[in-house]
Amino acid sequence: MKVQKVTVDSEKCQGHNRCYAMAPGMFKVDELGYATPRGDGVLKTPQDVELANRAVENCPERAIDIVEDEG
Amino acid sequence: MAEPVGNWTADYDIFSPEYVKDPFPIWDEIRGKCPIAHTERWGGSFMPTRYEDLFNIARDIENFSSRNVLVADVMPQPGEELEEEPEMVETYNVGAPPITSDPPVHTWARKLLLKPFSVTEVAEYEQETRELCNELIDAFIDKGRADGAVDYAQQIPPRVIASMLGIPKDMTATFTEWVRGFLELGLTNPQLRQESARNIFMFMNDQIQERKAKPGDDLITRLLAEKVEGEPVPESHVLGTCFLLLVAGIDTTWSSIGSAVWHLAQHPEDRKRLIEQPELMPNAIEELLRAYSPVTMARYVAQDTEYAGCPIPEGSKVLMNFPAANRDPKVFEDPDKVILDRAKNPHIAFGVGIHRCAGSNLARMEMKVSIEELLKRIPNFKLENPDVVTWAGGQVRGPRIMPIVWGS
Ligand code: SF4
Repeated sequence: MKVQKVTVDSEKCQGHNRCYAMAPGMFKVDELGYATPRGDGVLKTPQDVELANRAVENCPERAIDIVEDEG
Repeated sequence: MAEPVGNWTADYDIFSPEYVKDPFPIWDEIRGKCPIAHTERWGGSFMPTRYEDLFNIARDIENFSSRNVLVADVMPQPGEELEEEPEMVETYNVGAPPITSDPPVHTWARKLLLKPFSVTEVAEYEQETRELCNELIDAFIDKGRADGAVDYAQQIPPRVIASMLGIPKDMTATFTEWVRGFLELGLTNPQLRQESARNIFMFMNDQIQERKAKPGDDLITRLLAEKVEGEPVPESHVLGTCFLLLVAGIDTTWSSIGSAVWHLAQHPEDRKRLIEQPELMPNAIEELLRAYSPVTMARYVAQDTEYAGCPIPEGSKVLMNFPAANRDPKVFEDPDKVILDRAKNPHIAFGVGIHRCAGSNLARMEMKVSIEELLKRIPNFKLENPDVVTWAGGQVRGPRIMPIVWGS
């Protein structure tokens, strides 16, 4: 089954922390401020998808993507 | 008095009174006409104003170096003659890492700062900042008027940074004077600028010597204890970084707080909203940062290059007009309107790419706390007279005189 997943490109992320603030619970940041999805990044509910979209729209580095993945 | 500007795309002047007071229509004009404006004034520079262009140039660190981040530059360059004692020349040449560094130095220099300025570590200063804001408000609340810039916004960042560095807080007024002398008034006054830089370097150098003799529980001590590839960080590097922390942490944040106060003083509906829905505050701060971004950094062109068909020769300066990018209608719907809960806001007030402002979490915390406390204690303030408000121009924009009134 296809699932939607949120990803962070660590090459692009500069630790603006916007995703962390805009989509509480979806990302975690390390002690230097760089973000990664919490857990496997799979978007389970429509709310998840909406939050992930907000993170995408607010990341100044364009580091966040929503991708299709084989579940 | 400089010649008035007739053609903003080919002859802009970031210090002209018109630009300082209200740059927004000027940016719109430039943005609509040409991707990169140019001027011969103040030593010459290029200036992109479109979001996409700023995004691309900020990330092209090979062509656009950060070794020089101020546009009307009067600091001595490495190798340049300077009538000073030799040790001072050396001091000047340490720069202000990591803002003035390119990789590879930039990479480790930045790392040193990211942790102390992370969200979690910055949160440790929140309570103290709240108390400080309240003390400032206590001093003027009964008077029914205050200068929102001088008595409030300007007082906050120097004290917070002093606390982080373990420096006496009664140095605040002196710091403010030095930093303005370097970054603001000094941009067009080489002598003042040089003197101010010298004062900051000398002061910080003394602080470093003191910490070496008697380590404390502060950022200077911590930087001195850091290692890079097994070696202690050179003392000159710590000095440059301390210089940066003072210079970059004061004028910029105070300008942002001031602009936020200026906006709220004129928008009772936004004040009301923030009082009724305090959970909006983090987004509101991002929106105020977008609409009134204070900082325009510069880049130094490292080799002959071309951008969007515009040739840019080696040695040129490029003014990174992040504030103009943040008003680009291609990216932000209704860009001149402050929408506190704007959903799509990828603003680049803190820059973009590897030089993303390392102090952004601190700046956000200070903005949030200072606006929250002001609204709590004085929910109804307005400008006493909009016409007397003055703005600092150049590379850091914010109100400098801004009387506000409340009560009756
Ligand atoms: S908003 Fe973008 S740049 Fe910032 S931490 Fe998240 S992924 Fe990284």
